Amino acid sequence: MQLPILVEKFQQKDTIAFEALYNMYGKSIHGVIYNIVRDYAVADDILQDVFVKVWNNSSNYSTEKGRFFTWLLTIARKAALDKIHSKTINPSEHNLNKQCFADIIETNEFLNTENDGLDIKVFVSKLANSCIDVIELIYFKGYNQKETSESLDMPISTIKTRNRNCMMQLRLMLNI
Amino acid sequence: MDIKEYIDSGILELYVAGSLSDKENQEVHELMLKHSDIEREVLKIETTLLQLAAASSPSESKHVFKTVKEHIMLDNENSKTNSYVNKKSKINWFNYSGWIASILFAVGLLWLGYENRQLTSEKNQLSNEINQLKTKISTNESDKKFLELEIEKVNTNLKESKELISILRDRHIIAVPLAGQAISLNAYAKIYWDKSTKTIYLDAQGLPEPPEGKVYQLWSLTLEPLTSKSLGTLNDFDSVTNKIFTLKNANASQAFGITLEPEGGSITPTLDQLYTLGIV
Repeated sequence: MQLPILVEKFQQKDTIAFEALYNMYGKSIHGVIYNIVRDYAVADDILQDVFVKVWNNSSNYSTEKGRFFTWLLTIARKAALDKIHSKTINPSEHNLNKQCFADIIETNEFLNTENDGLDIKVFVSKLANSCIDVIELIYFKGYNQKETSESLDMPISTIKTRNRNCMMQLRLMLNI
Repeated sequence: MDIKEYIDSGILELYVAGSLSDKENQEVHELMLKHSDIEREVLKIETTLLQLAAASSPSESKHVFKTVKEHIMLDNENSKTNSYVNKKSKINWFNYSGWIASILFAVGLLWLGYENRQLTSEKNQLSNEINQLKTKISTNESDKKFLELEIEKVNTNLKESKELISILRDRHIIAVPLAGQAISLNAYAKIYWDKSTKTIYLDAQGLPEPPEGKVYQLWSLTLEPLTSKSLGTLNDFDSVTNKIFTLKNANASQAFGITLEPEGGSITPTLDQLYTLGIV
């Protein structure tokens, strides 16, 4: 089934369509959440909350607002960030500033059992640190251009193209 | 509007990230509907991000959907029971309870039968859809494999061509043009001889296709006294697309000649079938 039809059925409260969407995006959303909270149980809880919320607010989504995945991504990032901000976090324990998605991928045992899992490990290890920083902030943390530029001490005008170049490198390696 | 420039600007990457304003999102959406190139690019960016984010998930998360489903079902139940609770009645239910129970039972049975039929037809429809999807996936995959093979071929060709260029540009290489002879004045060939590796690259583009059962043979010649030594035959002439043949030559050649010989080659050149000749 095509995505627009799935989304439409989901908005009409069709649980089968909802499950199909979960199967398409759940794992990726889980990855984004885990990268922020770094705790298996907490990540599962947030993932569950996010999808229950999405179901209850399905009418809020429309294609004019953006991609369906982007909608999920935005809700998930916010839920995960709210969670870590609400908790008192011991910085030395969590050390969230230094960790990023690339560390998870490079040590992800789970990938060894999957097709192409090892490939993505290699590809990510080949990405320049500057690329990892930009991708981490823009996609995994939901920073806008201005916030990214301030955080990385980079001119705002270069963020957009830097991000594009980094994504292109990944696409070349992933053959997308 | 320059679509390539628009795509290259990196705005679509930000669109997928969700970091554009509502107005910009709307604009991108409208352009996606108008230009399939833009839509395709967005899908590719999304696929890349999906893979990257999925790889950042270090544990199985499939089971989570079960609890999600339980939650949303429960929410439905709650809203239903709440609406029943509000309706109070003054009827003495006890007197009617037996009748009501049997009526409910009968209605329940009918309903179950109906539900069952509904479910079976939904199930059939779904399995049809799944089968259709499976066929689509397998065609897509075979298309992808085919494209990958094509790309591989192109890459190998490119690599070979680059190697060839670097060989021909080597300054120590000796170039020997071979001019057409009486039997075929228009024929020509060129030899690039790398003495250090004792290798000859023969560009035979200017030779006519050899007739059935015949093959070109390259000869190394020394003058005074005239002696010839075979360097080999140009096998599968028509299937070598770039018409470059690599042969070994450890001789102190003074000239090279190409003759047309019976398949398998000859021990000595058939001189009246000499196509091209060139002096070092």
